[in-house]
Amino acid sequence: MEAAMGLMRRIPPKHSEAALSALLSLLPDHSSDLLSQVDQPLQLVGLETTEWLHLIDGQLLFRSPWSNKYHPALEDGPYPSPELRKLEIEANDVFAIYRDQYYEGGISSVYMWEDENEGFVACFLIKKDGSKTAHGRRGYLQEGAWDAIHVIEVGPEEEGTARYCLTSTVMLSLTTKDESSGTFNLSGSIRRQMNMDLSVAEGHLCNMGRMIEEMEGKLRNSLDQQESTEICTHFQVYFGKTKEMVCTLRPPSELVQTRLPDS
Amino acid sequence: MSDDDETASHLTDKQKIEITKWFLLNSPAGEIQYVAKDIRAILKNEMVYRTAAAEAFPLYNKSHMICLEFPDRSGEVMVTTFNEIVENEYLDPRTAQVAMVDHVKQVCEDTRPANDEELPSSYIEEYRFALDAEIMKYVSEVYPKGVCSVYCVNGKDVEEPGLDFELVVVICAARHSPQNFCNGSWRSIWNMEFKDELQTVEVRGKLKVGAHYFEEGNVQLDAKHECKDSTIIQPPDDCAVSLTNIIRHHETEYLNSLQVTTYSHLT
Repeated sequence: MEAAMGLMRRIPPKHSEAALSALLSLLPDHSSDLLSQVDQPLQLVGLETTEWLHLIDGQLLFRSPWSNKYHPALEDGPYPSPELRKLEIEANDVFAIYRDQYYEGGISSVYMWEDENEGFVACFLIKKDGSKTAHGRRGYLQEGAWDAIHVIEVGPEEEGTARYCLTSTVMLSLTTKDESSGTFNLSGSIRRQMNMDLSVAEGHLCNMGRMIEEMEGKLRNSLDQQESTEICTHFQVYFGKTKEMVCTLRPPSELVQTRLPDS
Repeated sequence: MSDDDETASHLTDKQKIEITKWFLLNSPAGEIQYVAKDIRAILKNEMVYRTAAAEAFPLYNKSHMICLEFPDRSGEVMVTTFNEIVENEYLDPRTAQVAMVDHVKQVCEDTRPANDEELPSSYIEEYRFALDAEIMKYVSEVYPKGVCSVYCVNGKDVEEPGLDFELVVVICAARHSPQNFCNGSWRSIWNMEFKDELQTVEVRGKLKVGAHYFEEGNVQLDAKHECKDSTIIQPPDDCAVSLTNIIRHHETEYLNSLQVTTYSHLT
């Protein structure tokens, strides 16, 4: 498994699906480990929701966070308790507003389920397609997608506080193509973690929202950027790292730098 | 977990070899040895690994234009399709030596002096040598860790004006900094066709830039660009200067467009 995860960290992310299926065929005994540990882009089922998938008896199942129904239909699938379902509905509404503010579009959904430790898990998903054919406002990306997955494990309440463990994964892929600069492809995924003990006085939703906002803010602010909410801003963070590398390969000459402002 | 045939993969050895080759060939710049180590551990089948490695490493080394030090540390040889004599022998025209290469270990194990038949005529060598000297100067100015070479790929036996020939300039700059979780490479290939009838040199450039950022993730940049230009045939020294200027111009423009055009696309 360690070697398999090592390969997944090196193979170009645009080939990650092919790499995963190759590993599944080489290591059939580890298929459930591989499927749970390798990040894959979010799947869309229907037009409105980013669906969370469950793997039950080897079959992929999707539960809509809006209708609470499974696709394909399932009689007795795992459902959150009525209390948690209430929180789930509320979270979906709040998160949709957050998504509109920060992503100017895109698709979001929130799933919650009870875990074994008397707490629960909340999964916040955002998918944004910034390509020409989709809802990217600028429309000149040949292909551009941004998927964010925030999984928060919420521990049981103790003396008015609870422990929140947030794992955020962002996946991106971007292609531009034109005469002057040829083809340019940037793709990949990054995973970050954050743990906090917070008072539950204001409610779980408030705490989780604050953590996600802070995490996304950190990702954005790594590159001294002004407030902009387009999908492209997110890409810059990662573009910055690879751009730094390109500049160490061939440092731009002063001549080029002085010409930059006019172009 | 058991390794017996009941539970292990149902793939044939041939399929496993293909998969292994695919992983090796898709390794980012400078990372094939790490990929090899992992896939070898997954396969647990030396025969399959060795067969795949023997086929994949030469292809990877040539496409990444890796650069190997001579055993006596007197210089370096680039491994490309343009200076390949046989699969494990690569000509270094600068030192008129042929390097014997172990592809899987990625080392130059031995050298021998090049034969006369392997070297260009003195007429061609004048053009090649002059261009090599200019390109070396250019590369040392702009690439902190750049290597370059100039080969004659067509008409190396042409003795005097009147016939066509073709030179190719290869430039490679790689940077591996695992402490910053980043690796990257710049590769450019410039074909220079000397057309006697038109008295022109047709220039075709192919540039490739890759970067791999792997702190808490895996983000890769893969950029390609092609361009064309031309100049007139002049004496070797003048030709070398104008061809190097063409390369300098296009590579600077490309870097500029990578930074400005693409960057502004993203803002």
